[in-house]
Amino acid sequence: MNDLTHSTLNPGGKVLACIDESRYAASVCDYAKWSAVRMDAPLSLLHVIPNPPGGTVESEQNLSGTIGFGARNRLLEELATVDAQRSRLAVEAGRHLLAAALERLGGEDLPSVETRQRHGELVDALAALEDETRMFVVGKRGADTEGEHGHLGGHLEQIIRALHRPILIAQQSFAPPRRFLFAHDGSETARRGVGMVAQSPLLRGIPCHVVSVGSDPKRFASAQDEARDIFEAAGFDVTTATVPGEPQTALPAYEAEHGIDLLIMGAYGDSRVHRFFLGSTTAAMIRSCRVSLMVIR
Amino acid sequence: MLRALRQEWLFNVRGDVLAGLVVALALIPEAIAFSVIAGVDPKVGLYASFAIAVITAFAGGRPGMISAATGAMALVMVSLVRDHGLEYLLAATLLTGVLQMIAGAFRLGSLMRFVSRSVVTGFVNALAILIFLAQMPEITGANARPIVLATVIVGLAIIYGLPYVTRTIPSPLICIVLLTGVSIALGLNLRTVGDMGELPDSLPIFLWPDVPLTLETLQIIFPYALTLAVVGLLESMMTETIIDDLTDTSSDRNRECVGQGVANVGAGLVGGMAGCAMIGQSVINVKSGGRGRLSSLAAGVVLLVMVVFLGDWVAQIPMPALVAVMIMVAIGTFSWESLGALRTNPKSASVVMIATVVVVVVTHNLAQGVLVGVLLSALFFARRVGQFLRVQSTLSEDGLHRTYEVYGQVFFTSTEAFLDGFDFGEALDRVTIDLTHAHFWDITAVSSLDKAVIKFRRDGAQVDLVGLNEASATMVDRFAVHDKPDAVDQLMAH
Repeated sequence: MNDLTHSTLNPGGKVLACIDESRYAASVCDYAKWSAVRMDAPLSLLHVIPNPPGGTVESEQNLSGTIGFGARNRLLEELATVDAQRSRLAVEAGRHLLAAALERLGGEDLPSVETRQRHGELVDALAALEDETRMFVVGKRGADTEGEHGHLGGHLEQIIRALHRPILIAQQSFAPPRRFLFAHDGSETARRGVGMVAQSPLLRGIPCHVVSVGSDPKRFASAQDEARDIFEAAGFDVTTATVPGEPQTALPAYEAEHGIDLLIMGAYGDSRVHRFFLGSTTAAMIRSCRVSLMVIR
Repeated sequence: MLRALRQEWLFNVRGDVLAGLVVALALIPEAIAFSVIAGVDPKVGLYASFAIAVITAFAGGRPGMISAATGAMALVMVSLVRDHGLEYLLAATLLTGVLQMIAGAFRLGSLMRFVSRSVVTGFVNALAILIFLAQMPEITGANARPIVLATVIVGLAIIYGLPYVTRTIPSPLICIVLLTGVSIALGLNLRTVGDMGELPDSLPIFLWPDVPLTLETLQIIFPYALTLAVVGLLESMMTETIIDDLTDTSSDRNRECVGQGVANVGAGLVGGMAGCAMIGQSVINVKSGGRGRLSSLAAGVVLLVMVVFLGDWVAQIPMPALVAVMIMVAIGTFSWESLGALRTNPKSASVVMIATVVVVVVTHNLAQGVLVGVLLSALFFARRVGQFLRVQSTLSEDGLHRTYEVYGQVFFTSTEAFLDGFDFGEALDRVTIDLTHAHFWDITAVSSLDKAVIKFRRDGAQVDLVGLNEASATMVDRFAVHDKPDAVDQLMAH
C-alpha cells in the first residue's frame, strides 16, 4: 500500500496544466492556480504541439509519379522544409497561448510558475512528465472535439489510462469548489482514495459528501463509516449518503440537489478485462458529469 | 479502435487516394516487367501486386509504404521457375510467407541493426543496377533495332520532360498511353506485353499450388523460400527506414515482418509470385501525398480493376515503353549521392558498399550481397577496435622488476599486438602485469595472457597479475554480467 501511495502521490511534484486553443484553457488555468496555491506546489503550464497530421500541403502535391536522380534526398529536403515551417508556426502559436495563460494567472500568490512546450502526442508528453508531476489539470474537451456535446476529448480516456497521478478535468467555468463529492464504490481502491484525499491539503476544509450508488445502503455502510472517520479525523465536514440507480444518472442528480461543484472518482479496476468494462463506466461518468471532476488512480 | 482507424486510415483520404492512383499506374508496368524477369506470365506479377498491396495495407507495420511484386524477389526466383515451373514458385511463395511470419513472431526485425548504412546503400545501388541490367535483353542483341531504341528514348523524354510542363498527371502513364497509341496507329513492329504471356482476365481466385506434398518438394523450394524471405524482409525493412525518415514518423518492424508474411501467403494462394516493399514506389507514394494505409489499399484495388477491365489495352503496350519506365525506376532507386560520398567517406565504408554491390551483381542474389556486406562491416569494426590497445612498462631501479600496464581492448584481432608489447628476452626476477585498464573480451585474449605468463615463468621470473578480475569482467559469457542491470557500469568503471 505504501508503494502505491508513493506511485500515485508525488508530494514534491508540480501541478501541470495542459493549455491548448480550446475554450477550456481559461478554466484549466484557474483550476491549476487554485490547486497550486492550496497545495503550495509549483505550477507548470504545458502546451503540446501535435505531430503534423501527414499529407502534403495542397499546393505542393506532385502527382507526376516520376523519381529522378537523388529523388529520395530531394524529397526528404522538401518535406523537412514544409514541416519546419509548420512547426515554427505551431510553436509560435503555442507561445502566445502560454503567454496569455501566464497573464491570466497573475502570479503574485503562486509559489513558482514555468511554461514549457513539447512536440508529439498529448498522452506521450504527459507520460514523459509524470515523474515530476503531482497533479494534472486538463480541459474536458480538446480543441479538436470542442462543442461536440456528450463527446469526450479525443485524448482524455487514453490519458486517464496512461497516467497514475490525480487528474483534474475542468469544465468551462471556474469557481473555487464549495462542496465536493467523493464517489465511493466500496472497493479497495476507493478506500485508498479516501486516504489520499484526506491527506492532501488540496480540499482541506471543504465540506465533503461521501456518496455510494446502489439499491442496498447496508452494503456500503462499513466503507462509508470508515471514510467518515478518516475524513473527520483530517478535519473535514462529512455527509454520507447512498443513492439508488446508475452512477451516470444518480450522481449528477445528487450533485445538482446538494450544490456539489467537484466530483472525485477513481478510475478503478485492476485486471485488463476489468479495466476494459469499468473503464468505459468511468468514461460514461465523465461524459454525464456537469461539474469539474478529479480522477484518481 | 475508431481512433486507430482515424489515425492510420482516414486522416488523409484525398492525398491517399490520389497517391494510390498514381502508384497503381506506376505499379502496372513494373509488375509486368518483374514477371518478365522472373520468367512467368504478366498475370502472376499483377495478381501478386494486387494481393500484396491490399494485404499489407491492413497487416503491415508501416502506413504509407507500398509493397508488391518486386525486382529483388523476381531475380531470386528465376532459376526455380526455369527448372521447376510456376507451381513450385507458388509453393515457394507460400513457404516464404510462413518463414516471414515466423521471423516476425521471433522479433527478428530488430536484427536490422546489424545492417550498416553502407550495406543498405550497397543493397539499394545493386538493386538499381540489376533492374537496369534486366532491361538490357529488350534493347540489345536481336532487339536492338532503331525503332526500339527510338521508342525507349522518346519514352524517357516524356517521363522526365512532362513534369516540367505539368505535375498533375503521372508522366510514366502518359508515356505508356502515348507510345501505345502511336504504336497501334502506325502499326509499329514492336514486341508487346501480350507477347510476354497471359494477362489477368478475371478477378483472382483462390487456388492451392499443384505440387506433390513430399519431402522432395520441400527440398526444392526451401532454399528459394529462405532466400526470398530474407531478401523480402531486408528490402522491406530498408524501405521502412526510408519512409520513416521521409515522413518523420515511426513504424513497427516486427508487425511489418508478419504483414509481409501474410501478404506473401495471400499472393501464393491467388497465383501470384512473392513480393516485398518497393523503395521506388514507396517514394513515389510519399511524393504524391500518400501517408496512410489507405494509399496502399487504393493502389492495389485500382491496379486490379484497371488490369482486369483494360486487359486488352494493356496487352498492346509495347515493351520499349515499359523499358523506359523501368529505366526511370532504376535511376530513381540508385543512390547517386553515394558516388560523391565515396571520396569523403572512410575507406572501409566505401569498401563495404562496393563489395555489397559487386557480390549482388555477380550472384544476382541480394541476400548474399548483404551477408558479405555485414561480415565485412563486422571485420572492419573488429580491426578498428583492436587498435585501441597499448602496453606500457616501467623498470624498477635495480633493473630486476618490470611492471607492464595494459590499456585497451584485448580480443582476437589484438592479441598479437598484445603479445608484441612484452619483451620476453629481458632477464628479470619479477614481472608484474597490470590489467586494471584492459578489457579481455574472448578466450583468445585469455589464452594469449596464459602464453605471456608461461613464457616469463620459463625465463625464471615470478609473475604477478594485477586487476585480472576487472579485465575479465568483459567476458560476459562466463560471468554473465549481462544479466545484471549494472553490467554496463561494471564494464565501464575501470
